[in-house]
Amino acid sequence: MKEGRPRSFYVLAIFFAAYTLFLYGPMIAIYVLSFQGPQGGLTFPMNGVSTFWIAKLFQGTGIVDLGAAFRRSLLLGIIVMIVTVVLSVAAGMAFRRKFKAQSILFYSAIASLIVPSIITSLGISLEFRIIDDLIKAHWNENFETSMGLLTSGLGAHLTWTLPFGLLIMFAIFNRFDPRLEEAARDLGATPWQAFRHVVLPIILPSVIGIGLFGFTLSWDELARSSQAIGAVNTLPLDLQGLTTTVTNPDIYALGTIISAVSFAVITLALGTIHMLNKRQAAKGSDAGKGLV
Amino acid sequence: MDTSEDILQQASPDLVRGSGTARAAKAARLSPSFVSWLQAGPMMLVFLAFFLIPLVFVVIVSFWDYNEYQLLPAFSGRGYTDTFEGCIAQLPDLCTIAKTYLKTLKLCFLVWAITLFIGFWVAYFLAFHVKSRTWQMGLSLLCTIPFWTSNVIRMIAWIPLLGRNGLVNSGLVKTGAINQPLEWLLFSEFSVVLALVHLFTFFMVVPIFNSMVRIDKSLIEAAYDAGAAGFQTLVNVIIPLAKPGIVIGSIFVITIVMGDFITIGVMGGQQIAAAGKIIETRVNALQFPAAAANAVILLVITFLIITMMSRIVDIKKEL
Repeated sequence: MKEGRPRSFYVLAIFFAAYTLFLYGPMIAIYVLSFQGPQGGLTFPMNGVSTFWIAKLFQGTGIVDLGAAFRRSLLLGIIVMIVTVVLSVAAGMAFRRKFKAQSILFYSAIASLIVPSIITSLGISLEFRIIDDLIKAHWNENFETSMGLLTSGLGAHLTWTLPFGLLIMFAIFNRFDPRLEEAARDLGATPWQAFRHVVLPIILPSVIGIGLFGFTLSWDELARSSQAIGAVNTLPLDLQGLTTTVTNPDIYALGTIISAVSFAVITLALGTIHMLNKRQAAKGSDAGKGLV
Repeated sequence: MDTSEDILQQASPDLVRGSGTARAAKAARLSPSFVSWLQAGPMMLVFLAFFLIPLVFVVIVSFWDYNEYQLLPAFSGRGYTDTFEGCIAQLPDLCTIAKTYLKTLKLCFLVWAITLFIGFWVAYFLAFHVKSRTWQMGLSLLCTIPFWTSNVIRMIAWIPLLGRNGLVNSGLVKTGAINQPLEWLLFSEFSVVLALVHLFTFFMVVPIFNSMVRIDKSLIEAAYDAGAAGFQTLVNVIIPLAKPGIVIGSIFVITIVMGDFITIGVMGGQQIAAAGKIIETRVNALQFPAAAANAVILLVITFLIITMMSRIVDIKKEL
């Protein structure tokens, strides 16, 4: 039996469409504007169509070394992604049993998520400044700083990505059937084998989701990096710096490039997740295949 | 840095390839609680080193002294007295810090109210009107994708629309609705609120949607059978059951806006004072104890708001 849709459906559908337009419209505007002609300005109308500004970006605008910032952000994003995936999966496994300090870890993660970023960032910067002062006072007078992309910067990003990773793991194990694992154990699998051949293949699509969050949140991170990154800048920090000075469409071109990386990663991750889900659906679970 | 193999090897005693007896012996030695520690320990260490200890330093440093260029590790209330300068002398007028917090709270309230309204109805549409799983997934994804892209870019994206010569102004001038371009569209409180809503409605949609999809559809049918009008079902059934999601979403949005300094900076043309902005300004002036004192104040206020809200709902139970 099929009922007609109520009027509220159409009202809300229009509302939803408007919201989507609100979400994407402005973004699309700057992607279009980054293809301004050489004489074009910061706003519509388009003054010709060209890749002038994007090309200019790759030649180096002279304002900042974007190539270096790009590589730094990419490196940091990849490391954050790997660490987030590994630590989240491990901690997620731990939460399936009761253990001491469980609630301490849980509340640390939640607090890390909701304490304003500027406070975490300031705290990390103070921590590293004090460490620097101690090293200078006691060991090495010429010591410069322990702050940097892969020390304080990495830590700052992890305080943002790990809570998401952990929450996704909770969601995964909420709907995970532990009997599958028990069956594996009954068949003689060691805990590692049960994890590797039963649990991991089943949760893999969501684990890729954690990686997606890890990379994209780091790639776009700004507030926590602001005080904690040390002497160098990440790409979003450079971009933010440009907002007050630049009057050319090259800022849009930079935005388009950064977004292109985000979209490439999102597509890759979602594509992989989709493929894995399809394979699982087609073959049933391939859990245990490795043991055959 | 640990790799997954490392952790899991440590974590799974039986991984050790070797004779069965060696395995059994090893398994016997590693108690389950030890394994849990190995699994959860690394994450705990990260939070300890980069979140909990830094917070302690913020509190400690807020009581240190400072001069023009460095921290002086001696007890002083200067960070706080500088912050509250004039608060008593100027009464009944408000001092700078009180005005700034009032303005931040106002922004916070506006953004909260708007994101709640939009978030609730978007989630409602997804949860109750979209019947097919595939469509539900697809549309949720559509709402999520912007969250994975850069916030700064999503802020800059408003410039060509709201600027003096932007689409909105030129459109309005062309239709004759206004003679002069509107100045308050960009680099104003309006654009700050707009951008914050644009960026963070996502944080409302997700938890509310999660609460709503868990609502048993038969409850709604029961309400209908009992003669409840659509509006009555909404107020008496759906909203109470979606409350946990509403509270969690509200906590997210409120804490983000309370501490925000980037959106307020970029979209306010660096002209609008806010709680997070004070901290940034103090840091840029190398007045770390004053920055830390402001961070402590912000933390206390944020914490109070969260405690008030979590009275309404047990967060842990909802995840």
